[in-house]
Amino acid sequence: MIPALPIADTNFVDATWILILKSLVIFIVILSVVPVVLLAERKLLGRFQNRYGPNRVGPYGALQPLADVGKLLSKQGFRPTGAVPGLYEVAPALTILAAVLTLAILPFGDVQGGVGLYGIDVPIGILYFFAFGALAFYGLLLGGWASGSKYSFLGAMRSAAQLISYEMAMGLSLLGVVLMAGSLSLVEIVKAQGEIWFIVPQIVGFLIFMVAGFAETNRAPFDLPEADAELVAGYSTEYGGMRFGSYFFAEYMEILIISGIASTMFLGGWMGPGPSWLDPIWMLAKMLAITFIFIWIRATLPRFRYDQLMSFGWKVLIPLATLNVLVTAVLVVVW
Amino acid sequence: MTLEPGGNGRGGQSAAEIVHEIEGSAPGVTVELEPEQELLMVNMGPHHPATHGVLRLEVELEGEVVRDLRPIVGYVHTGIEKSCESMAFWKVIPFVERMDYLSYFFNSEAYCGAVEKLIGLEVPRRAQYLRVLHMELNRLHSHLVWLGTTALDVGAMSVYFYCFRDRDRVLDMFEMSAGQRMHTRYFQVGGVAEDIPEGWEAKARELIDVIKRGLSQYESLLDRNEIFLMRTKNIGVVDRERLLELGVTGPLLRAAGDPWDLRKEAGYLVYDELDFDIPVGTVGDGYDRYRVRLAEMRESLKIIEQCLDGLPDGPWIADDRKYVLPPRSELSTSMESLIHHFKLVTEGFRVDPGEVYYPIESPRGELGCFVVADGSAKPVRVHFRDPSFVNLQSLRDMAIGEYVADLIQTLAMLDPILGGIDR
Repeated sequence: MIPALPIADTNFVDATWILILKSLVIFIVILSVVPVVLLAERKLLGRFQNRYGPNRVGPYGALQPLADVGKLLSKQGFRPTGAVPGLYEVAPALTILAAVLTLAILPFGDVQGGVGLYGIDVPIGILYFFAFGALAFYGLLLGGWASGSKYSFLGAMRSAAQLISYEMAMGLSLLGVVLMAGSLSLVEIVKAQGEIWFIVPQIVGFLIFMVAGFAETNRAPFDLPEADAELVAGYSTEYGGMRFGSYFFAEYMEILIISGIASTMFLGGWMGPGPSWLDPIWMLAKMLAITFIFIWIRATLPRFRYDQLMSFGWKVLIPLATLNVLVTAVLVVVW
Repeated sequence: MTLEPGGNGRGGQSAAEIVHEIEGSAPGVTVELEPEQELLMVNMGPHHPATHGVLRLEVELEGEVVRDLRPIVGYVHTGIEKSCESMAFWKVIPFVERMDYLSYFFNSEAYCGAVEKLIGLEVPRRAQYLRVLHMELNRLHSHLVWLGTTALDVGAMSVYFYCFRDRDRVLDMFEMSAGQRMHTRYFQVGGVAEDIPEGWEAKARELIDVIKRGLSQYESLLDRNEIFLMRTKNIGVVDRERLLELGVTGPLLRAAGDPWDLRKEAGYLVYDELDFDIPVGTVGDGYDRYRVRLAEMRESLKIIEQCLDGLPDGPWIADDRKYVLPPRSELSTSMESLIHHFKLVTEGFRVDPGEVYYPIESPRGELGCFVVADGSAKPVRVHFRDPSFVNLQSLRDMAIGEYVADLIQTLAMLDPILGGIDR
């Protein structure tokens, strides 16, 4: 599969051993950021809701995510009788795999000291993100279907419909940025924001992207696939232990990825004041700031209904995104 | 491969494509069913996060649309009404409080009021005021729990916590006056068990401000929230006539535009001396139900304020030794008091043969208590007309033809308490 990717077109290619090292570093960093986000979400939700949030395990509840993972790991690997063997186990792995693979393209900095501070700078850049984003939904869909439960099934159907509706709006919302930057490569897009961050000229695109991002990550107010009031826990109803943990982890990784793409495309990526070694930190800070919005919205808004979600996607977001692309295209040509 | 190898039959398919076709069908209209294999039977409950207790709904879904619905009750049936028949009249009170566990003051008022009516016992004015005070506080508490859980069911998670924060302040008041936060057994036949302690009034006035602040907070979170409007406007509409046919009362009926409130209609206790309005809705949809209940909470605050202002001095329990325990202090000085006390505690008071029905306005509608006495110290029959039970009948009319998500919202707006339904 790898040779098929036109790697030769990239701007900068690292040595293989550096690639391996980099992938390890990214993996470790993100894997340690996810628990922080988990904890931050619970703490912040607590504060939003007039309570403390976790504060028993470790100082300030800091070890709570570890305790959670420990608990999930020690659970029995249970499979309901109605579940489809094989698929039931593969589905969560697929979801988390897709999430991890998407991380590779997030740029945390330009080439520094002969090493690009990103996993890989693919020329198809943003398409790579969509490809693996779509793959992640196979995990949800298969998991929901293979569980053999009606609640899971309904949740899976919802997530499939949601994917189709919002993937388009999301793609179109980024097209404006691509037109302005003249490249699909995320590194090039960040570099094109030297003068002005794309959030200013592309504010409509940014808003559409964020809304679609909420839907893509199944977060409130679009958390229909796992709407607890209706479908118990949606596609993950029948999952327990670390299989559930994988879904859970993948969801938060997706949030980080959406935040990362949003900061790359609209908020100037790694750019920020200070020396260049601060770049990855700026990128992380921007990602976490957007993640905070995810949490904030979750604490505030009620949930959409299935059909309302659909009509919002098709009747509002997609026309708006298309208009945005057209206007951008005209302006880019005129200037 | 079938969808559910271990399941009971019909697989459901094509959930995504059927969604838009039922928009015109009014609730209550029998919907023409497609061939049966299109339907997916889902058991919601008894263990389900949205059924507010152990209610089971057998729902037939066509995709996401509810085509048929059967509420199945009885999972928390505890035989309270039967147990009451083997208790002395005064020992029944804590039992009935546990039926509808969110409106315990109303339960005990319905029962105590019925017994008082049966024996013709006059309740002192201070006791009446105290009862009204506690019942209106209880209405606040009940509506706050309703608002929180309903908001949670439509996905607005934080409102739940805000409501419970304020609701606990209300329970603090109960703890102060009755010693218990829930199931207080504060109302007695003849009055209330104890006068309110010093400082209660000041704390109640403080609470009014707290709740007022809270209410404006919830309103700013939900009232004009676009998603909340989309989720509640024109959902679950049943017209006034149909609701009356089903015997639905309370906020549901008022939301449909019928200003029927027993506090005005029956004028029990001192309600006819108090100045308050009956909020009504116009459409009878989820949003009206929400608005009516929030407006009712403001009216309750008004009533509480008036009661605090006009709280008369005097005894808080009737001075009739045949039915009411003598004051504790008299027991060591008066032989007669001791005998009365002994008789009341061991045997209880006897009630002349007769039967009575005493309805009051609980947070959920008409809560009536029917008591039959045969001259002994125990009731022959105690029956409650619980509004949750009657109102639940209308769920089918409200939810058929709507989406699953609306079913959940409609059920939440019904505010059913399973303890009251099953008894």
